[in-house]
Amino acid sequence: MSVCAGGFGGNIGHDPHLLYTLSAIQVLALFDKIEVLDIEKVSNYIAGLQNEDGSFSGDMWGEVDTRFSYIAICSLALLHQLDKINVEKAVKYILSCQNLDGGFGCTPGAESHAGQIFCCVGALAITGSLHHVDEDLLGWWLCERQVKSGGLNGRPEKLPDVCYSWWVLSSLIMIDRVHWIDKEKLVKFILDCQDKENGGISDRPDDAVDVFHTYFGVAGLSLLEYPGLKAIDPAYALPVDVINRIFLGN
Amino acid sequence: MNQTSGTTVAISLITSGFILPRKGVLSSCQIQITEVGEGRKRYRKMHGISRKTPSQDEQEASDLKAAELRDLQSQFLHLHHNKIYTKEALETSAKLLVVNPEHYTGWNYRKLAVQHFLDHQSETEVDSESIQLVLNEELRVVENALKKNFKSYGAWYHRKWVLSKGHSSMDKELRLLGKFQKLDSRNFHAWNYRRFITMLKKISDEEELQYTTDMIFDNFSNYSAWHNRSVLLSHLFEKRGKGHSHKESILEEEFEFVRNALFTDPDDQSGWFYHLWLLDQMVKLEPLLLSSWPPHGCCLYLSVDDYIGCGNLFPRIHFQSKDRMFPIVLYFSEAVEGVNSSTVTIEYEYYSNDDVIWRPLSANRFGCAQAWLTYLNFPDEVHFLKDSPVKVVVAQFPGIVSTNGVSFSQTSYIEFSLCVPSHDREHTEGQTIPRILWKNEKFHPHITESHDASLLNPLHQLKITEEGKSKSSDWSMKTIANEIAHCRDLLSSTNCKIGKLTLARLLMAQSKLISYCIPNDGVKVHYEEILGLYHDLMELDPVHICYYEDEHSLVLLKQVTLSMESILRYCHQYGDSISPSMDSHFCLRLNDLSLSRIGNVERLLWIQMLDLSHNKIRSIEGLEALQLLSCLNLSNNKICSFAALDPLRMLKSLKVLDISYNEIGAHSVDTRRYLCSFPMTHAVKNDWNFEEFANVGVDLTNHWDAFFIFRGLNLIQLDILGNAVVSDQLKQLLFKLMPSLNWFDGENRN
Repeated sequence: MSVCAGGFGGNIGHDPHLLYTLSAIQVLALFDKIEVLDIEKVSNYIAGLQNEDGSFSGDMWGEVDTRFSYIAICSLALLHQLDKINVEKAVKYILSCQNLDGGFGCTPGAESHAGQIFCCVGALAITGSLHHVDEDLLGWWLCERQVKSGGLNGRPEKLPDVCYSWWVLSSLIMIDRVHWIDKEKLVKFILDCQDKENGGISDRPDDAVDVFHTYFGVAGLSLLEYPGLKAIDPAYALPVDVINRIFLGN
Repeated sequence: MNQTSGTTVAISLITSGFILPRKGVLSSCQIQITEVGEGRKRYRKMHGISRKTPSQDEQEASDLKAAELRDLQSQFLHLHHNKIYTKEALETSAKLLVVNPEHYTGWNYRKLAVQHFLDHQSETEVDSESIQLVLNEELRVVENALKKNFKSYGAWYHRKWVLSKGHSSMDKELRLLGKFQKLDSRNFHAWNYRRFITMLKKISDEEELQYTTDMIFDNFSNYSAWHNRSVLLSHLFEKRGKGHSHKESILEEEFEFVRNALFTDPDDQSGWFYHLWLLDQMVKLEPLLLSSWPPHGCCLYLSVDDYIGCGNLFPRIHFQSKDRMFPIVLYFSEAVEGVNSSTVTIEYEYYSNDDVIWRPLSANRFGCAQAWLTYLNFPDEVHFLKDSPVKVVVAQFPGIVSTNGVSFSQTSYIEFSLCVPSHDREHTEGQTIPRILWKNEKFHPHITESHDASLLNPLHQLKITEEGKSKSSDWSMKTIANEIAHCRDLLSSTNCKIGKLTLARLLMAQSKLISYCIPNDGVKVHYEEILGLYHDLMELDPVHICYYEDEHSLVLLKQVTLSMESILRYCHQYGDSISPSMDSHFCLRLNDLSLSRIGNVERLLWIQMLDLSHNKIRSIEGLEALQLLSCLNLSNNKICSFAALDPLRMLKSLKVLDISYNEIGAHSVDTRRYLCSFPMTHAVKNDWNFEEFANVGVDLTNHWDAFFIFRGLNLIQLDILGNAVVSDQLKQLLFKLMPSLNWFDGENRN
């Protein structure tokens, strides 16, 4: 799916974009096949999307969002090519999206949202910059996402959704505040979202299942140390043994 | 379920947030490509769709739709790759985008078409009318797409892109926004777009502030509106600069404004979060120097003996140092950066200030920390010193800044004198080092003698050159007292969890102000009440019990360290005899207090022996400031990984460590991994050295984190049993890393 530019598209024939470039790298990392990439080309594509202020555009059309900061940083870290970008500026831009409630939005001034928080906290974790995060303030905002049913929502006064079992949970783990939620209740919520007849997990109990929420449910359960599941790294969203292999080189 | 393939496919979806229609789904999972109706809950294909097995007819209809969509897509891709931008081609793309607004290549294509048209235009003549028509068409397509999914990133961005070409009236955009915000007042795409438009069209912050007021009056539970309000007010505060009184009157108005929301619906969180922000705005104090070691006014006796610590009988403090060095620790009220030899000057006969290097004591070692450390020494030729003065001046100088950006402005200094006795004890080589036994019978309560009352109380000893406390602290005290009263009022009629939490926070903020500001009108801090509130909250909101336990721990430590009398109640003498002697070790025993974390240690910098066993401690962040610590007991706690011990690497005096009966190795998840400088965090000053790895000669695959933590420690006693991670391999590694280890799990290694 690689296009001449060095980036990947979502499917054959689709335009390149940062989103799918990360996915391609993650999939190859899973199978220990990163060597099939032209690492120089891919890294240059990613690095070329960094803007003056440190932010990243998703593609040549210029949409800026902290999601893309995470993607660029995560991709390049997995390829050991982080020095191709200006990490200091990238971190500075992410911090400019930090809000007064401790969370992060997609652009400066945007409301805190669990998905964006995962992206920003993940990027800061990967670049060793978590000391900029007020762990207590953000941790409290995040743990308040757990509602009575035990599920997690993405913002105050919204409905719980299994996908937040990844975004909120991984963020809490990275800043060591996961003990501030009731893990057992969350496990029960995720298990309640299964379709016990046909398999798969949905966003809420009794809704239609899909691959997306199935992944987040399983990943969430792994983070909650549910028995029988492989450990997953909260920053890179890849199994811990894959991350250890890539960074410890054993 | 085939997990690997599931993860493969699903990972590619994490950040995209949507599914591209594709062939081949997991056998155990059905994707329902159902018709999505209008309305909030059904905005996307994957949320809020009820689960039901489709009938034969429904399945067939669904398959047909999918086939049609695939056809449309391949048609579109053909046009895109061949750069065909005819009217019909554009209609095809519009059709595709209405069905699937997430087809980002479709939006790219339309941008290319517009650019193609504009380039073609500039070749002939500039026909502004036809340009307008083309751009209007784009806006129309966006609107249709948004009707399908008003949370489509691609659609909103396309609109922004079109507007950047200089088109569309502000009224039109605001009307469109109004429509969407009515449908869903929390739609962050709409709010972001609103901020984009107001910036583009230069709408004033004051006008926007009024808009948020209207939205809030319409519905108090509008977190997005409150958030926007806080952003606008922050801008206004910045713009108006240093004028305190104006900010104060605005904050007073805001407190009143939010009070309406809180009293109307105390269980809605939005107002409470905003209230917390207001509180934070109010208590933004300057960073202060809270304490130091050596403490101000003491006489520091240095000796090169081997014995481990002894009693501190102020103003005489004994410190043993084989290498003739002693530390100086500065402890601030919050994390600061910029402590160096220009901002802190040391006047001392035997050391030049220019050679002084200050290090931040923080787990991340990134140039900001609450505690800062340096070492001074006295030269080899000097065998006797009597009352050699040392003065440390922490100056008012642009340089020391808190992480909030507030500058340190209170010049403070610490003065103490240094003594080196001419007769040292016999330096006994090869003496068997006794094992420290943390048993109750070895500890004897400290007998408070009259002179101990004036023991280290650094806060009061610190001389501060008075510049006068700022007037705003008076206003802050008054306002906090006011808010406390209102909060109590609310809680008298409703048992609201977040109201109770706010009251606890207000009381703690009040105590902070009291301890930092000298005038306090005799207001006393009742830590018992705050502790009681947290107990109530543990019952009221058991889901978040560990959060309340953590807060409770911090308040408890504040209470324990309130005065020297209260600290001494927890102090014991370690040894076989009861009478205090030069040889007896002074130990602070904080066991069985349900402590889950450490903090507020500014009055404990002198501690050499600390017993924290039988608590619930998960994190020891905060201990790094206790630079004199040589014996530490963390047994029977909840330490879950070696990474959690990272702060110990900064304690160069640590000799005796007990981490038995914890949970190291019992968890598949390491929650401290990203808070240390491990290889997967690309910390700038990463001192990870792979060659060392190879030289150890032990297989490190399973214990690379233990390697990283223990290679910096030089323990003589370690207890580690009762942790799932313990194995022969680990023991081998530990013995190799710490050759001086004498006692291991109770056994003498010699």
